[in-house]
Amino acid sequence: MNDDGRSDISLRVNDVTHGLNVDNRTTLLDALRDALDLTGSKKGCDRGQCGACTVLLDGRRVVSCLTLAVAAEGTEITTVEGLAPDGELRPLQRAFIQLDGFQCGYCTSGQLCSAVGMLAEHAAGWPSAATVDVSADASAQELDAVEVRERMSGNLCRCGAYPSIVRAVLETADQQAVTR
Amino acid sequence: MNAPADVITDAVGTSRPRLEGPEKVSGRARYAADHPMHDLAFGVVVTSPVARGRIRDIDASAVLTMPGVLGVLDHRNAPRLDPQASGFFGPDGSMQLLQSDSIPHAGRAVALVVAQTPHEAQAAADALAVTCDAHPHDTTFTADHPAGRAALTVLGEDANVGDVDAELASSPVVVDERYFTPEEHCSAMEPHAATAWWDGGRLQAFDSNQGAFDVARTLASLFSLELDQVRVRSEHVGGGFGSKGLLGPQLILATMGSMAFGRPVRVTLTRRQVFLMIGMRPATEQRVRLGADTDGSLRAIDHQAAFEISPLAEWVENCPEGSKVLYATRAIRTRITAVPLDLTPPGPMRGPGLTPGSFALESAMDELAERLGIDPLELRLRNEPAVGPVSGLPYGSRNLAACLREGARRFGWHSRDPRPRRRREGHLLVGTGLAATAFGSSAFPSTASITAETDGSYTVRIAASDIGTGSRTALVAIAAEALRVGTERIRIRIADSDLGPAWSASGSRGTPSWAWAINEAATRLREQPHDPTRPVTVTVDTAELFTGRFVREVHAYSAIFAEVTVDPATGEVRTRRLLGMFAIGRVVNPLLARSQVIGGMIMGLGMALHEEGVRDPVSGRQVNADFAGYHIPAHADVPDIEADFVPEYEPDEPSGVKGAGEIGTVGTAAAIANAVWHATGLRHRVLPIRLDRVVEEMA
Repeated sequence: MNDDGRSDISLRVNDVTHGLNVDNRTTLLDALRDALDLTGSKKGCDRGQCGACTVLLDGRRVVSCLTLAVAAEGTEITTVEGLAPDGELRPLQRAFIQLDGFQCGYCTSGQLCSAVGMLAEHAAGWPSAATVDVSADASAQELDAVEVRERMSGNLCRCGAYPSIVRAVLETADQQAVTR
Repeated sequence: MNAPADVITDAVGTSRPRLEGPEKVSGRARYAADHPMHDLAFGVVVTSPVARGRIRDIDASAVLTMPGVLGVLDHRNAPRLDPQASGFFGPDGSMQLLQSDSIPHAGRAVALVVAQTPHEAQAAADALAVTCDAHPHDTTFTADHPAGRAALTVLGEDANVGDVDAELASSPVVVDERYFTPEEHCSAMEPHAATAWWDGGRLQAFDSNQGAFDVARTLASLFSLELDQVRVRSEHVGGGFGSKGLLGPQLILATMGSMAFGRPVRVTLTRRQVFLMIGMRPATEQRVRLGADTDGSLRAIDHQAAFEISPLAEWVENCPEGSKVLYATRAIRTRITAVPLDLTPPGPMRGPGLTPGSFALESAMDELAERLGIDPLELRLRNEPAVGPVSGLPYGSRNLAACLREGARRFGWHSRDPRPRRRREGHLLVGTGLAATAFGSSAFPSTASITAETDGSYTVRIAASDIGTGSRTALVAIAAEALRVGTERIRIRIADSDLGPAWSASGSRGTPSWAWAINEAATRLREQPHDPTRPVTVTVDTAELFTGRFVREVHAYSAIFAEVTVDPATGEVRTRRLLGMFAIGRVVNPLLARSQVIGGMIMGLGMALHEEGVRDPVSGRQVNADFAGYHIPAHADVPDIEADFVPEYEPDEPSGVKGAGEIGTVGTAAAIANAVWHATGLRHRVLPIRLDRVVEEMA
């Protein structure tokens, strides 16, 4: 940290390391959008209430509007742009297109990152408020629509694409279960 | 029921995913605040600290020395605007930003701070010293407010059919109730944003709106520019629902900034500013009186609605619209009262007028069914009209009865015990309810160009908007059908005001209006002999064909069925099932249309159970101007929803289609409220049906 309230940091985003000089107050969201031109992450509220800015830090989902850029140093950051790094869409993204899991598309980046993180959380055995038996390994319990809705409730969608999003997530979860 | 016989492609009627899907799921779709731009400066809006009053001073001296600050615009130095520039219904004071020291409502823009970076602009905006004299304000809406006056009749005259008072007096069964809906906010996920710059003598903008041409025309008029000096583009828009139908403050202020500082300026409203500055659905109070014979035949509908308005701009919340077309009855009277208050001017929100109006009418119909001892479904079927009960015009395609019957069959309505509070599952009370709706449909003028390229493909250009509606994808299908080719041979360009006049994505009139122009252009292109080795372009503006006369009542219809559970201890209402059957003419793309009507139903679910702009009468401000306080439905609130369409073709409309954008929202609140009554035996005539309201009623 420098005396002028700025810091030189390096952010590793989608497997690429970027050196940045940022105002210490800069959120990760603003650093991604304004400094790195990764505008897939959206600013729907800037208060952690809508989830449109959700990204993955070391595989865990965070709202990047409530994460300081300086605090993200040393983590592996994945944004929506990193979900298909070689240009080939991953199954979750294809399911969103085929099942119409979005309309305006503004919350979509956050929904996708959140879903990737959520599926990993379930697979790792983390329970949710909707999990019937929280003492057991949650990954052994079926991921159903109620679970997905509960776990995805931090991501608002005003177009109301929720039913299609849930179907897309469940279809992807089924495919992952088959390949595991 | 079928398309014309000469339709040979399967372009229309086939489910296809959205054309822009790959961009949207990979983060590549650029919205208004996403375009990188050289030398871009950022404007942050400073809003009024009082609900009414006068600016005494804005002292920018300290702010001007802050890092990166380029300047501050306020009423003393901002570019002058034409006060006659028109909004929805005439001159609109909500667009007259930074023009005087008068403060008409809380959240009014009083200054724009422009700086090199968003942080510098925000820091300076936070530091700007604004001194105001507060004047007394009145933001408390009641239907009998002394300032109330008749609303404009631009959307239709009051109905005066038959003798309502006499029919009510002689009706053996009468319902006479009042219904209340609060301020509600469109809450599109993308906050309003614009980037404006000058290119030669031309004003250019990326803006978040529902109609690039309309916005460009209004912008030109407001800044006293020629139309060809303005270009507005809106390739991707993060939802609108009515809130982006007008030229918004973001573009007015970005334009001022670009003029004052000679470089591109981006203005993005904060979420809080969207709540405070953008027109909301006004609060309404409605009195509905229904009179019926014991066999369920309606004798009278009296629908009197009041809503809040701002003196700055006219608005009509046309609540009784559905009461004029849904049911046969001997007498109909409608009245609409506007109550001016010190508020942000209200504006359109998905199904304006009809949505709160449907809550009142369809709740009252349910109450009538209860008092008559007639099934609510049967009551509606018994009152199917032969002609428009107010207009006397014949109906176009009208398949409300088919929606009701098919919806009832799929929902399992007929096994319902009509008595309330009979069904329990554990500690939960379970109930079902329904509502019927109509939503007017028509086509307005637009301009379309189609170019037959030398490689056998076609390029369609029309200033349509895709705000999540899927219009880009739908219009390709419509063009393919009109040109008798496969969709793979069509390219489309939309959302650019340079493409000419076009209706906006509003009023559920987008697709019919744009389809009309595309069909006309395609027909002329096909009939025009041309040399296939050279591209040829045909341009049609359907304004030349528009008569403005409507000889039939053309509406979309729906029947909405809801099943709720109510926890009598906590007051929690959960929507467990929601089913909508829709008659929207020919369905261009079932995958996308289903998404659209389901999304509409979810907005109706929010209206029924969650959404309420709460205004503090002391400060005159909305106190819950964020998503922590203003609750829109989240994943966990929304069950799997079934929506489907009855086969239909509307011969009076281009491509046989009717609008689908709003009808999903219209009937859902009443269906849920009626289900809550069925579960609990208690009527909720005040929305939203909050936990505390349920608990208080149960006590």
